[in-house]
Amino acid sequence: MKKLESTFLNMTVVLTCITLIAAAGTAAVFNFTQKPIADAKQAKQEAAIKVVMPGASLIDQVDTVNNQRVFRAYDAENNLLGYAIESDELGFGGLIKMMVGIDTEGNLVNYSILSHSETPGLGSKMDKWFIEKSPITGISISAAPLTVSKDGGSVDAITAATISSRAFLSAVNKAIATYNVCTELDAQTPPNKDAEIMSDTLTDDSQEVVIPQDSLQNIENQIVQQ
Amino acid sequence: MNYFKTFTNGLLKENPTFVLMLGMCPTLGTTSSAINGLGMGLATTFVLLCSNVVISALKKLIPDKVRIPAFIVIIAAFVTMVQMLMEAYVPSLYDTLGLFIPLIVVNCIVLGRAEAFAAKNNPFASLLDGLGIGLGFTFALTLLGAIREFLGAGTLFSYQIYPENYGMLLFVLAPGAFIALGYLIAIINKLKTK
Repeated sequence: MKKLESTFLNMTVVLTCITLIAAAGTAAVFNFTQKPIADAKQAKQEAAIKVVMPGASLIDQVDTVNNQRVFRAYDAENNLLGYAIESDELGFGGLIKMMVGIDTEGNLVNYSILSHSETPGLGSKMDKWFIEKSPITGISISAAPLTVSKDGGSVDAITAATISSRAFLSAVNKAIATYNVCTELDAQTPPNKDAEIMSDTLTDDSQEVVIPQDSLQNIENQIVQQ
Repeated sequence: MNYFKTFTNGLLKENPTFVLMLGMCPTLGTTSSAINGLGMGLATTFVLLCSNVVISALKKLIPDKVRIPAFIVIIAAFVTMVQMLMEAYVPSLYDTLGLFIPLIVVNCIVLGRAEAFAAKNNPFASLLDGLGIGLGFTFALTLLGAIREFLGAGTLFSYQIYPENYGMLLFVLAPGAFIALGYLIAIINKLKTK
């Protein structure tokens, strides 16, 4: 077969066909991967909530307070454990996104970095630094706003990454502010305790989610009342 | 045509990174660790393999004057597929490589092989060429990533070899990429002239 001549008609037809086939191919892969991508994102989010709120077995649906997403975490007995707050701040290399867990007594439980683009080896150490080297976990939020020691605060910044550390603490402070708004809101209107189970992946296989009988009774009562 | 030679050609004699000096941007940008280099290399290999075979099969149908846009569309389609597959099944690697995956579209290795090889040879030879060049690229990126990771953070494939405090951070950062690559090329050139 001879090579097609570069006439206007040939060029138009061939290029159109190639782009159509390419579009169909990518559309097929998109359909095929859409669900796994969403699942992977959700699994990542749930893993982060589990890290910042250990023992959480039920997660409430998302609330948006102060432009931050808030998840209420409940234990197996349906008691409110605390809040997991998705916070962010512009760091040295880009946006730092993290999940901050604060329990009902107002203690910072843990944090988990969701994404960042800080310098590898310097700012990127923040995923462990504020747990191991200069822990902010376990402290009360009454210490807020948290600042680095250079700015007169009590937290040691990551060596050679003060800007990243400042951004990190700023994101934590934002989460604390959101927490305060949340507790106020919840004091006025107590959250609906019949939390929704987001997915099975939230619990380890060993420990099944057991909704206590009386809370099931509550749900039924509510439905009857409605 | 010697198919075996076509395959081994890309591994060392015409290694895209060390000899042809193509695709330097992803080479320097993604090799902060061995696993990142490996991931980037394999993603590029997949795209190279698919685009080489398809372009080679369609070479008679594509008029000369529109061959570059046609090649780019084919390459871009495969890159988008790789991107979506990675996001779905290896999200952690996707997060680290991020921007560099869509940039495979304009990677000169891929377009270069399409122009220089696939557009002139049969699909099977193009497949071997894509595989050879792709694996050569993967090998180069993994080696460079391993060296930088080992010197910079004291780990190899995230396995701690010596305490991180003794690592030279410079090698994980951008200048380390240039230094390590320069020495690697010097060593390879020395070995080649022997």
